[in-house]
Amino acid sequence: MLTILFDGVAYGMLLFVLACGLSVTLGLMNFINLAHGAFAMAGGYCTVILVNRLGVPFALGLPIAFLVTAALGGLFERTLYVHVYGRSDLDQVLFTIGLVFMSVAAVDYVMGSSQQFVLIPRALQGQFIVYGVGMSKYRLLIILICGLLTVALQLMIAKTRFGSRLRAAVDDQRVARGLGINVGAVFTVTFAFGSGLAGLGGALGAEILGLDPTFPLKYLIYFLIVVTVGGTSSITGPFLASILLGIADVAGKYYVPKLGAFVIYTIMIAVLIWRPQGLFARGTAR
Amino acid sequence: MAPLATDVSAYLARRARWSPLEIAFWMFAFATIWLFPGKHLILTETAILALFALSLDLILGYAGIISLGQAAFFGFAGYFSGLIAKYSIVNEPVVALILSGLVAAALGFVTSFLVLRGSDLTRLMVTLGVSLILGEIANRYSNITGGADGLQGVSIAPILGMFRFDLFGHTGYTYCLIVLFVCFVIARRIVYSPFGLSLRAVKGNTLRASAIGIPVNGRLIAIYTVSAGFAGIAGGLLTQTTAFCSLDVFSLERSADLLLVLIIGGTGYLYGGLIGAVIYKFLQDWIASLTPQYWQFWIGFVLVVIVLVGRERIEAWTAALRAFIVRIGARMVTRQAAVDRAVPDGN
Repeated sequence: MLTILFDGVAYGMLLFVLACGLSVTLGLMNFINLAHGAFAMAGGYCTVILVNRLGVPFALGLPIAFLVTAALGGLFERTLYVHVYGRSDLDQVLFTIGLVFMSVAAVDYVMGSSQQFVLIPRALQGQFIVYGVGMSKYRLLIILICGLLTVALQLMIAKTRFGSRLRAAVDDQRVARGLGINVGAVFTVTFAFGSGLAGLGGALGAEILGLDPTFPLKYLIYFLIVVTVGGTSSITGPFLASILLGIADVAGKYYVPKLGAFVIYTIMIAVLIWRPQGLFARGTAR
Repeated sequence: MAPLATDVSAYLARRARWSPLEIAFWMFAFATIWLFPGKHLILTETAILALFALSLDLILGYAGIISLGQAAFFGFAGYFSGLIAKYSIVNEPVVALILSGLVAAALGFVTSFLVLRGSDLTRLMVTLGVSLILGEIANRYSNITGGADGLQGVSIAPILGMFRFDLFGHTGYTYCLIVLFVCFVIARRIVYSPFGLSLRAVKGNTLRASAIGIPVNGRLIAIYTVSAGFAGIAGGLLTQTTAFCSLDVFSLERSADLLLVLIIGGTGYLYGGLIGAVIYKFLQDWIASLTPQYWQFWIGFVLVVIVLVGRERIEAWTAALRAFIVRIGARMVTRQAAVDRAVPDGN
């Protein structure tokens, strides 16, 4: 029971790191980025190449994955995404789905369609037993890293100058512009950072979530659930939503394996019925 | 009040008239049965895709609902028609097809209440979620659906007890084309009716539409249900012509490809889905012959380019061509009218 809870929390933390970038982009620019998972996949494959092929230590591979994906995100934002802001939702959906298809086929072409595994160091394999509860060392590491990241993110948004600019831009873009905040630049940095986080999540999660070219499609719905259920106004909403989703998914797969992912989809639809507008009230009010 | 009502009904009647170009389009479509007998298998797929795209156009082009889950109805009816044929519950394909359309429409009616809620993103989520749930169910209950191996052992009885499905798809293609035509006529009747006009009002501005007394939610539920029914008929056709049904009928790719079809052909006029399906199928066939494994990349590429260039701009480029076609059509109409005048009644 506690092991399930533990695994669920680890899973949820991972989902949060993967999806928080998406929730910020959505809240900031009202932009539906379905290609978010592609950045996570990029981070995962980056780590696989670095650690497995070039022999870079795992601890160094993670930050590099973050940087590479962030750079990639920034580049894409400046060259492609910037043309699509303010277009209709349909255009945004088509555009980002197109990117997903391209990334899936391109990764398939370069890396092959088989599932990839990151060689994690021996020290992180195996598990601790604490009061009879088995805790895998790797999952503990994930909880640690993601927990620290969450706190850092929260502090960054709440305390720093950049954070207050970001919050201002999310709250009201026009007024923020009027106050002399360069919303475009804020957005580029946030987008790059969110993509970087997704890449880091993909790198960390390759072991748990599995990594193959269909990754962006497979986990798209998870990211969307986190964002829809959690809302886009703060990062605590998506955080709680991810933890809930992680626990529900792990517990669902453990207790009622026959239903599998059915559990979370049902929960999602139930939440949407229960609070149809509420969860997205900020998005639709304006 | 009365002159306005006559004006409106005259306007509707004028719009609903079949133009010579439309007649030519359908005559050519039926001529392909004899013109390209070797291509009937791909033409069958095209006709099914066209019907499926037509169903999406009804909600996207006319009611403005973005859906990523149209595959839910397609797949649900596909499995339904496969199962009733496999267990010999209903053997006759036409009856089975109508039944699968009804079943899908029922599912559409039930899920429409979810779609009414929330913003576009919520709609995307819910429609996508519904098709994923159905896919998950089909996967779990593999003792009924065959799971990942697909539904096998489906044998389809001859149509109306007379026309047997053959290996080259001749019967199948003729059958699909007739179904497509019938569905098209129904859809055409719907969108040119006052009901269709009110849908356009809803799409244009929901708030104003409800202010002038259009029951917005009721209209959306109705069109969503109808659209689901059409998608279901398309799914039933696929199962009947291939005698097979697999899990990929529920996939996100299928819904996304469908959006591409509609974007290629243009939304908001019924021929968009049909023309888009033809172009898409030939594009896919061509790219797949160049790079068999990675054609998805180029499909994605086309999507990205279309959005970056801008749909409006593409429409502007083709405007000259379309104006030309319309002019020809108009000339044919006036000539027809002149002939009518020259030859008075009673001859």
